[in-house]
Amino acid sequence: MTTRPMLATAARVLSQLRHDRRTVALLLVVPVALLTLFKYVYQSAPPVFDRIGPIMLGLFPFVTMFLVTSIAMVRERTSGTLERLLTTPLRKLDLLAGYALAFGLVALAQAGIAAAVAIGPLGLTVSAGVSVVVGLAVINALLGMALGLFLSAFASTEFQAVQFLPAAVLPQVLLCGLLAPPEQMSTVLRWASDVLPLTYAVDALTEARTATAVTGAMATDALIVLCCIVAALALGAATLRRRTP
Amino acid sequence: MNAIEVSGLVVDRGGRRVLHGIDCTVPTGSVTGLLGPSGGGKSTLLRAIVGVQRVTGGTVSVLGQPAGSARLRRRVGYTTQELSVYRDLTARGNAHYFAALAGVPAAAADEALRDVGLGGQVDLLVGRMSGGQAARVSLACGLLGRPDLLVLDEPTVGLDPVLRRDLWVLFAELAAAGTTLLISSHVMDEAGRCQRLLLLREGRIIADGTPAEIRSATGKDDLEEAFLRLIELGGGAEHAEVAR
Repeated sequence: MTTRPMLATAARVLSQLRHDRRTVALLLVVPVALLTLFKYVYQSAPPVFDRIGPIMLGLFPFVTMFLVTSIAMVRERTSGTLERLLTTPLRKLDLLAGYALAFGLVALAQAGIAAAVAIGPLGLTVSAGVSVVVGLAVINALLGMALGLFLSAFASTEFQAVQFLPAAVLPQVLLCGLLAPPEQMSTVLRWASDVLPLTYAVDALTEARTATAVTGAMATDALIVLCCIVAALALGAATLRRRTP
Repeated sequence: MNAIEVSGLVVDRGGRRVLHGIDCTVPTGSVTGLLGPSGGGKSTLLRAIVGVQRVTGGTVSVLGQPAGSARLRRRVGYTTQELSVYRDLTARGNAHYFAALAGVPAAAADEALRDVGLGGQVDLLVGRMSGGQAARVSLACGLLGRPDLLVLDEPTVGLDPVLRRDLWVLFAELAAAGTTLLISSHVMDEAGRCQRLLLLREGRIIADGTPAEIRSATGKDDLEEAFLRLIELGGGAEHAEVAR
């Protein structure tokens, strides 16, 4: 990896975001607002918020980074910038690492703010500590980024890229254990749940609610998700062809 | 010596043959115009030269190496027909980013923006610029690192005549300093500003030579009429020889 092109790419991506202040505001405020809404919707049943709150903290970065990355990559392809980048000395690995660094930092800010509000004013308890939840949230963000990057190769317009959210993200949310534990699902659905990376991310977050430290199961879950990120990035890199038809 | 040598280049796109065995050369240190109607294969030929086009057959050699070689990436500047810069960055932001990729200092980026006449608007977002200003940002990003070869796909589209003249002066200066420029255009009145012309029509080169050679071969003073004459003659490969 070469540092300057990678850092320049991360700085460029952040600078693009900085010029779009409304997007930044939405990225940072919406998770807080939704968590607050969630808390008061389930005011009569506080255990629901306690159980699902930590999972939501990890889901926001996953969903938003999936969307932001897939749209950003469709733009790179349609505006001619990707074609041009591939004629410069920039390596594909540096491009991907630059994106990962930039969106990882955004996810850190997003998850940090959301966790601070959830654990502070909203009174959510996470025994494993706020840093564990934020760390898992950033891993989820990178998972969303990597999947968005890969799937964006199959979208030729921004409209199509947006449609990948319900197509690729919602099934994972339904099957990941947020709504019902996978053990209670039929065998086929449990298999599906077992092969989807988000299941492991949610499992780690669920564990973080009650565990007092990072457990072996949590570390295994995180490792599985990290492997999925690497696999999705490798698939994504394979879609960044220098020569196109 | 030739900066670009294309031999027997065949390209199919979407099941359709776009380039039918192109043979052409671009001499080093010249401004070569690639002219012809839209849809004639100009962009495809340029994409093959910068190494981003999947080709069916033939060879393309650039600065003595196969097109698209990793070592060429510091030596070839390219602007696509789309803007190929980031609309949500300022002119300076774009130039500094491409400078970092080319491995040249940020000062070179500011200089390139001045070269294309954008000194005053460097802090404006490209998305807020006029088409002409944005096209110049794109061009400035291609000049970074003083590449040996500049491949520019329709760089003067939509620019006002004064600006177009200024850019052609800049192109001539770059060529005088040793840069090779290959510039596509569908505007025939730009042909006269090139030292050498390639006319591409329906995926075939129908003329290849200096403006003077093409004028004398066709007996027409006006290059647009000269090209019309070539097309009327049948536009086959043999007429390329006439023009040579």
